[in-house]
Amino acid sequence: MAMLKDITLGQYFPGNTPLHRMDPRMKILLTIAYIVVLFVADGLVSYLAIIAFLCTAIAISHIKPKMILRGMKTLIFIIALTGILNMFYTKGEGKPLLSFWNVAIYKEGIVTAVFMIVRIILLISGTFMLTYTTSPLQLTDGIESLLKPLEKIHVPAHELAMMMSIALRFIPTLIEEADKIMSAQKARGADFESGGLLRRAKALIPLLVPLFISAFRRADELAVAMECRCYHGGEGRTRMRSLKFGTVDLWALLTVAALAAAVILLKVFPLEVFGI
Amino acid sequence: MDDAVLRAEKLTFEYDTDDGELEVFRDLDITVKRGEVVAVLGHNGCGKSTLAKHFNAILLPTGGKVYVMGMDTASDDLLLDIRRTVGMVFQNPDNQIVAAVVEEDVAFAPENLGVPQAEIVERVDSALETVGMTEYRNHAPHRLSGGQKQRIAIAGVLAMRPECIVLDEPTAMLDPVGRAEVMKTILELNRRDGTTIVLITHHMDEAARCSRVVVMEDGSFIADGTPEEVFTQVELLRGVGLEVPQTVELLYELRKRGFNLPLDALGCDECAAAIAAVMR
Ligand SMILES: Nc1ncnc2c1ncn2[C@@H]1O[C@H](COP(=O)(O)OP(=O)(O)O)[C@@H](O)[C@H]1O
Ligand SMILES: [Mg+2]
Repeated sequence: MAMLKDITLGQYFPGNTPLHRMDPRMKILLTIAYIVVLFVADGLVSYLAIIAFLCTAIAISHIKPKMILRGMKTLIFIIALTGILNMFYTKGEGKPLLSFWNVAIYKEGIVTAVFMIVRIILLISGTFMLTYTTSPLQLTDGIESLLKPLEKIHVPAHELAMMMSIALRFIPTLIEEADKIMSAQKARGADFESGGLLRRAKALIPLLVPLFISAFRRADELAVAMECRCYHGGEGRTRMRSLKFGTVDLWALLTVAALAAAVILLKVFPLEVFGI
Repeated sequence: MDDAVLRAEKLTFEYDTDDGELEVFRDLDITVKRGEVVAVLGHNGCGKSTLAKHFNAILLPTGGKVYVMGMDTASDDLLLDIRRTVGMVFQNPDNQIVAAVVEEDVAFAPENLGVPQAEIVERVDSALETVGMTEYRNHAPHRLSGGQKQRIAIAGVLAMRPECIVLDEPTAMLDPVGRAEVMKTILELNRRDGTTIVLITHHMDEAARCSRVVVMEDGSFIADGTPEEVFTQVELLRGVGLEVPQTVELLYELRKRGFNLPLDALGCDECAAAIAAVMR
């Protein structure tokens, strides 16, 4: 079934660019900083600066822009909806550009909608850049290391990271299994594609039940296998690849800091172009 | 210390089930010496997996003792030492691979043991080399064939530098090519490093290549010896629902028809030679 295979959760494109070589912790922190900057940003000049930053990052990473667009496709509905809602619900001061029934569209509405759409697209592309250039393993290692200080207040950093990496490891296995069960049920005349929502949901039950049973059995066996390989929690555990900050990380930090400074300055002293 | 790697003394075990205690075996004795390759045969549900899980303290005896290199498996402080000494490989490779990248998976055990970073890399390199999977180190395990996955599982255990490896039907889910790969890897390990092997299997041709064969039935051992000694007891094996290797079966049937043939020519070539000698 094509639908299941299209899931590209946490997809990663291996490479050896400065962006790939960055420490995952720095990448995660900078992505968060980037999102904050995005929500602080105001005015055309700020947005142009952010777009320039993102395009530079994409160029450095050798990720094909096509890949980012492809990832965006699944979210197009949310993007469009946000745009439309903003367009209709923003009231302007001047005369409406267009009005029918009891809806009116103002110039301000269109401007807000466009900004909102650009903001969401920038947000999504930014987070894609994180997952596209960081392997799931590095990502979980980074999260574990960032959460480590919180272990003092009983946040189970190691356990969370272990759960995440095992989930990522088993997603392809379970998808494959779901595919197999589905083919088997179809061969016996099950129909997953026709009928209303309720009917389709009902048709999924014979798929989900065996899938869950098998997932629990797998979990059982995996737990024993992990114990056999001396797993006993995060205590005293070493890692084959340790994380290290390098010069690339310093440069990236400086760049994002400069971007943030520019955006904040522009917020305090707005620089209007074309009146926006 | 003697050269016993695994020793069970009067081993008794009961599962706690919803409808009372289920006794799997009582007063079982077995010793596995260093460097042996022991095949464990027996029909489904006779307790082979339960026995295997006693050899690295996944299950603890409800009666009697199990010793691993002289260490009592019931002592808590020795748990990690016992588990690193006896590696375990299971039937379904998908359910024992932990990481999404081959080399990370092989590194899992040494990481748990707190081995220093440089040594982990060294152990992973040599384990992958031993199972012949070095070129796949950066691959995703779910893209590999069954035989390759099972070799990764073996490498994951090798990275602990174990004294002994217990394999619970490691070839049951594999095609003939995968089976051959895994058997070759196991025997090579024993030949090269003297690693002790316990192989639970349903395939008689695999058991015939081991140095010792034990047969379990209803929680006790009914035969124990070299493959030649065990497989020549054709009636006994058939009595408990086991096959014999095809070579032995052929020789057995020919003997019944009055040919003067030895029963213990297990290999194909030996068997052919024995028959040729009689025909002449
Ligand atoms: N976790 C368990 N709980 C209760 N009974 C079990 C459990 N595992 C196995 N058994 C029972 O113990 C017996 C031996 O099982 P097992 O060791 O798996 O046999 P084998 O590996 O030789 O097929 C069987 O009767 C089985 O039903
Ligand atoms: Mg079993």
